[in-house]
Amino acid sequence: MMKSLLPQSQLRRSAAAAAAARSSGGGAASGGADGAGSDGGAGGRVPAASTFWFLLHALCCLVSLFLGFRFSRLLFVLLFSTTALYSSTSSSSSSAVLRATTTTTTTTTTTTTTTNTITLSFAATANPPPSTSVNYSALDSAASGHTQSHVVVGRHGIRIRPWPHPDPVEVMRAHRIMERVQEEQRRWYGVKEPRQVLVVTPTYSRAFQALHLTGLLHSLRNVPYPLTWIVVEAGGTTNATASLLARSGLTIVHIPFPDRMPRDWADRHTTENRMRLHALRVIRERKMDGVIVFADDSNVHSMELFDEVQKVQWMGAVSVGILAHTGTADQPRLSEEDKQNMPLPVQGPACNSSGQLVGWHTFNSLPFAGKTATVVGEAAPVLPRGLEWAGFVLNSRMLWKEAEGKPDWVKDLDAVGENGEEIENPLTLLNDPSSVEPLGNCGRKVLLWWLRVEARADSKFPQGWVIQPPLEVVVPAKRTPWPETTAALSSELLDTKQDQEDRRLSRTNRSSQSRSTTKRKGDVQGQQN
Amino acid sequence: MALALLRLRLMPSAVALALLLVACSGVARGQDTERIEGSAGDVLEDDPVGRLKVYVYELPTKYNKKMVAKDSRCLSHMFAAEIFMHRFLVSSAIRTLNPEEADWFYTPVYTTCDLTPWGHPLPFKSPRIMRSAIQFISSHWPYWNRTEGADHFFVVPHDFGACFHYQEEKAIERGILPLLRRATLVQTFGQKDHVCLKEGSINIPPYAPPQKMKTHLVPPETPRSIFVYFRGLFYDTANDPEGGYYARGARASVWENFKNNPLFDISTDHPPTYYEDMQRSIFCLCPLGWAPWSPRLVEAVVFGCIPVIIADDIVLPFADAIPWDEIGVFVAEDDVPKLDTILTSIPMEVILRKQRLLANPSMKQAMLFPQPAQPGDAFHQILNGLARKLPHDKAVHLNPGQKVLNWTQGPVGDLKPW
Repeated sequence: MMKSLLPQSQLRRSAAAAAAARSSGGGAASGGADGAGSDGGAGGRVPAASTFWFLLHALCCLVSLFLGFRFSRLLFVLLFSTTALYSSTSSSSSSAVLRATTTTTTTTTTTTTTTNTITLSFAATANPPPSTSVNYSALDSAASGHTQSHVVVGRHGIRIRPWPHPDPVEVMRAHRIMERVQEEQRRWYGVKEPRQVLVVTPTYSRAFQALHLTGLLHSLRNVPYPLTWIVVEAGGTTNATASLLARSGLTIVHIPFPDRMPRDWADRHTTENRMRLHALRVIRERKMDGVIVFADDSNVHSMELFDEVQKVQWMGAVSVGILAHTGTADQPRLSEEDKQNMPLPVQGPACNSSGQLVGWHTFNSLPFAGKTATVVGEAAPVLPRGLEWAGFVLNSRMLWKEAEGKPDWVKDLDAVGENGEEIENPLTLLNDPSSVEPLGNCGRKVLLWWLRVEARADSKFPQGWVIQPPLEVVVPAKRTPWPETTAALSSELLDTKQDQEDRRLSRTNRSSQSRSTTKRKGDVQGQQN
Repeated sequence: MALALLRLRLMPSAVALALLLVACSGVARGQDTERIEGSAGDVLEDDPVGRLKVYVYELPTKYNKKMVAKDSRCLSHMFAAEIFMHRFLVSSAIRTLNPEEADWFYTPVYTTCDLTPWGHPLPFKSPRIMRSAIQFISSHWPYWNRTEGADHFFVVPHDFGACFHYQEEKAIERGILPLLRRATLVQTFGQKDHVCLKEGSINIPPYAPPQKMKTHLVPPETPRSIFVYFRGLFYDTANDPEGGYYARGARASVWENFKNNPLFDISTDHPPTYYEDMQRSIFCLCPLGWAPWSPRLVEAVVFGCIPVIIADDIVLPFADAIPWDEIGVFVAEDDVPKLDTILTSIPMEVILRKQRLLANPSMKQAMLFPQPAQPGDAFHQILNGLARKLPHDKAVHLNPGQKVLNWTQGPVGDLKPW
């Protein structure tokens, strides 16, 4: 018992020493006790008492060795501390796990054996001697005599539950709470009367069409306003495009456009403009109501764009980030001067300090002069021309023949583009281009990005991106990493393999094997599995 | 006939008036906020002018101005309320220069302005400073001896109020300064049945810089996408290396239980977007530290984040004017391991109601100490609280020659003059 009053380091050492002695003795304790007992029996009761205390001490040392200094401190506290355990029955009856910290940094470990709750939480005031309790009660009675607080000062256990990881049901509930809160936020601070969004997209069937349309499709699905997607397809409507659009779950208006899409970037630009005008005429015919957004299929749009366009009165302009990429490994050699003069790759409205439209930022294509792509699929930067349609939004009522409050600075749609003239940008729809509203904090916020990425016009891709057997013709890839085998050899090998399989199969199972599926030459082996 | 004609002519104007009233109420309902009513009634927007008069003692500058001049950090730390309260009272309409008609007397002594090089206030000289100030006012004016301080109020925003110590055990040991036994204390510390909370004290929020918070506001339509947010210490390794002492183990428990939980955005970082992040969170944890109160409560209320208060028996600011049960979520320290269960099982209507209450601008205003003072701010709430304690009851005035306070009580070190 005396030993437990020693500082902890000494306790460890003594325990270790005792353990060492014991291990070397190897059960000498019991032997010694016997011997001592027998001696004691002859010599009197005192040695028996001393061996008893010795054994008790040894037991305590052993236990301390395994449980650490916490055990001895706990004993000390429980036996010798007079400061009131006036605690909380609540804290001791709670499912608290006793923790032992082993280092002085933030790592903590749980107690050794059990993972069940050890309902032990001791509240020992570390420093003050027991006299403080006396002072406290004296002060207390001297004061207004209110009840003692049941919140205890001092060291508390750190409560950890046995499985401190998230519960999936609770996580789902939390997400539902967040959704509901955000819905409420939109109701308070968001747009009061959301208008329908009419998205105009010119497209045509090519290798990258699925890539671009899928991206745009997902963006549009996330728009929280009622939306109609008006897709104008060059070369007439195709099943591939139609099936992609049908899977989107959006309201689609799929409009065919008779001309095919040219291979030249300049011509393609013109054709796209004519397709957009065609869509605008359809909107006028059907008297569709809403905000018109020009979303090219290869562009990427942020969600804030759709929130921002709800504010447009008649015609608005947003800032577009222009991403003119090179598509090649080496960058265009820009002179130092060019690098310095590289302006922001942004097209959008420019405002003066009072927030009024004074002009336009356009993309400076001088550094790229002479190095731009002319044909679709060429590995060179593709640049916009002038102002892109994507940066403008219209109120569809502007196009109607009769609309309330339609301003007189808007031209009639029929007067525009009839003679096949170039419709570079929507500003030609207006008599007075200065009445365009700048959106997105007066053009400071870039809300969408303009990008043109296309493969070569003659790139082959599977119809609808489904690999349909049979492939009658094997098209060799242009650059395979392995040396090409001759066609004859490969077909011979395939033939023998197929015959072997045939014989095996016909012996075992005559029923449902259709002969045609086993005699394919160019078939991918994996399809049989 | 004439009467009927007259009535007809008045009808359109009456109809117009009715329409106007309907339109006004419609406009006011544009954003749903609820009126806040505490146990004292709908008192957040009361105007204290005319309800009380306060006399401000003129103390020598060594008690106030010289301390600020020595270290100007006193004006921006969380205890700055004492300085700003003085400045507000000096120029306010409720100040009276005639002490005979005053209901309350204010002593401008800055006891929390003695700072270490790192900016922490040292409370060791504060009892002597306070004692010296009281000796000054009792010898120069008769009003202290008249009531032994029962109609005087003092602002003591330190960790444990007028116990003047940062360590809870030592603070409990010292107790409230004996000379302040009868005075009203305006303090940030509040815990039920605690030695350092006197009955009748007015609880105030800690000082948080209003200008700085206003510059970090984000548009309110920014969706709240963080479920639970907290930035701060979990273990105070400098003062409590083993853990379990700091915050009664509650902060450590939060860390150990929820560090792997993606719903809880908790860390010890000091991000520059701290205020913006709070505006993107639904719940903000406000656990106790060395003392149960913290400026986090003020920040959470100003930024519309529901405060989750983890501090047993805490008394929150202006508890009679603000119904904190309806606004914040209270979690017992023992229940911290179940915090995620508790928070996700709060019904949706309750959460939305709490957000509506928090969106009430008078709620946010009541937590701030703006310069110059604005109606409904914390200064006015303090004065409202003082006004609600009026009229003083008979026990306040003592018979001449009657003495209740013992001027030699307390530790010997406190008796030294300052």
